[in-house]
Amino acid sequence: MAKKIRILIAKPGLDGHDRGAKVIARALRDAGMEVIYTGIRQTPEQIANTAIQEGVDMVGLSCLSGAHSTLFPKVVEILKQKGAGDIHIFGGGIIPVADIPALKEAGVHEIFPPGTSTQEIIRYIEANAK
Amino acid sequence: MTASIREAQEYWEEATLNKSLAKGRERKPVFKTTSQTETRRLYTPADTEGMDYGRDLGFPGDYPFTRGVQPTMYRGRFWTMRQYAGFGTAQETNQRYRYLLDHGQTGLSVAFDLPTQVGYDSDHPLAEGEVGKAGVAIDSLRDMEILFDGIPLDKVSTSMTITSPAAILLCMYVAVAEKQGVKAAVLQGTIQNDILKEYAARGTYIFPPLPSMRITTDIFAFCNEHLPRWNSISISGYHMREAGCSAVQEVAFTLANGIAYVEAAIRAGLNIDSFASRLSFFFNAHNDFLEEIAKFRAARRLWAKIMRERFHAKKDESCILRFHTQTAGCTLTYQQPDNNVIRVAFQALAAVLGGTQSLHTNSRDEAFSLPSEDSVRIALRTQQVIAYESGVADTIDPLAGSYAIEAMTNDIENRASEYIAKIDEMGGAVKAIGAGFMQREIAESAYQYQKDIEAKERIIVGVNQFQVEESPLQDIFRIRAGSEASQKEQLSRVKQERDDRQVQQALTALRETAEGTGNVVPPILAAVRAYATVGEISDILRAVFGEYREL
Repeated sequence: MAKKIRILIAKPGLDGHDRGAKVIARALRDAGMEVIYTGIRQTPEQIANTAIQEGVDMVGLSCLSGAHSTLFPKVVEILKQKGAGDIHIFGGGIIPVADIPALKEAGVHEIFPPGTSTQEIIRYIEANAK
Repeated sequence: MTASIREAQEYWEEATLNKSLAKGRERKPVFKTTSQTETRRLYTPADTEGMDYGRDLGFPGDYPFTRGVQPTMYRGRFWTMRQYAGFGTAQETNQRYRYLLDHGQTGLSVAFDLPTQVGYDSDHPLAEGEVGKAGVAIDSLRDMEILFDGIPLDKVSTSMTITSPAAILLCMYVAVAEKQGVKAAVLQGTIQNDILKEYAARGTYIFPPLPSMRITTDIFAFCNEHLPRWNSISISGYHMREAGCSAVQEVAFTLANGIAYVEAAIRAGLNIDSFASRLSFFFNAHNDFLEEIAKFRAARRLWAKIMRERFHAKKDESCILRFHTQTAGCTLTYQQPDNNVIRVAFQALAAVLGGTQSLHTNSRDEAFSLPSEDSVRIALRTQQVIAYESGVADTIDPLAGSYAIEAMTNDIENRASEYIAKIDEMGGAVKAIGAGFMQREIAESAYQYQKDIEAKERIIVGVNQFQVEESPLQDIFRIRAGSEASQKEQLSRVKQERDDRQVQQALTALRETAEGTGNVVPPILAAVRAYATVGEISDILRAVFGEYREL
């Protein structure tokens, strides 16, 4: 049997909008993945530490507060500093299209806009998990 | 009469309906509202059997207020058109307020940024990237002076979406008014001050439940004494609905939280009839048009009964549920965003037909960012079209007596009452939230909603049906890149210019009061006047009260 995909769903920053993060976490679990959800109000440092401690393959970041351009790249940066740059990062939330190229350049692999189906995200994860 | 109607309906089903069904089935085997209640094919007088007009509906302005809270409703004046707004610095937001007032908005509603909402100054490490993003950044009284510059606080009513640091922002508002020569006694507006929904859904808590409830009731007492025209709380179902709960759960959880506040205030020694009429509410206007109208009516009637029967309020005024409504942000789609204008119009119409006291209409581009000026204007115009052109405001509660609306109103009231009884059994809302009950119910409904969309049992136009190839909206509102830096500079200027000794004295006095049992609002007012910051005041309270962590 193939190893289960381990994934961290995380809420960086002060944003309390956790509906999307919780729905995604549950859908991924129902799809047979091992999912850890951080809860809200996590610093990039806390998220990176949890990702490393839990030995996850991927981290999904959710932000609706507008702070994504500061917070997402920080998570990537800290993971790299700690030698965990191979963890695949993607994100979602209220993220203006114009911000996406810079996020990708900073090492966030994909951004999913509102209205994305959980099935599409599951397909993405399965295609990109090592 | 109902027996003969039932009989006639059975005959109609046999003779007419079944022939039609034999030719072709209906669109779905079962039709359901968002609350998973079955919507019947047809409502007749048999569905409202046992209703008593005087007891269950009555007249507008009279108990149980099902038909509305004022005797003239919108014939007297329209609801307050109140667009929630705030971004960047106080100066930038002040410009937006003036723009909205110039375009006919009739009340203000302040959106604070997240650092302000959780009691951090703009230079706090955890504020990085968040300053001025989800609302306006307010650090000290100086920022509030700028925010309301040129806006006469004796003429406008202001709602402030702030809870954990509610006392601080309320005091700043009072202090700005003083500087304008306006007495606290004439100020009109609302402070959200609803901590329970923060634990249940919204997330901007600072302190644990017990000290938080103390601050809440301290604000009640302070408003009671000094701000008689101010709504001391806005008990909010909005955010729980946004987080995914159903219409029934929205009514149930909001009123259960309301019960908890009333109990806390009574325990703190307040008389029910002294504060109850200053409680206000805040609901969501979601997609299911008829269910939403019924929801508002059911909430009004149920709260009236709770106040009279459970709390023995003597004044009719104490039984009135007045509420603000915002259209449902979570229904705005990223796909074909212009369609959102239409969604918002229906949701706003439901709020008006449900008898709202004030209304915020969302903008079409909010799945992308904060709204642009053009989008906000369309949203405001939507309200103005309903008010001035549609005619629905000319008669009171026009859908009363509709078999469907009355049956749905009864059903929502009954099902919400069952939930409240369950929460009572758990020891009330504070305990239920402490045990994660509301959080679980909300998450369950949210997941079900998403599954329904993905199974196409719920169609969202442009998202899971009627899609088009399109490129995402590019022309959206952006917060000025330098806002965060400007705000930090402003903060350090204020800190240099103020009298530090005065600040320290005020903060020490606040600490002493917080450690004791006195009302924390007066020492906060003194600290605010000395230009102590939101972060400094919150830090004092954190040191005394501790901090809450998510379950």
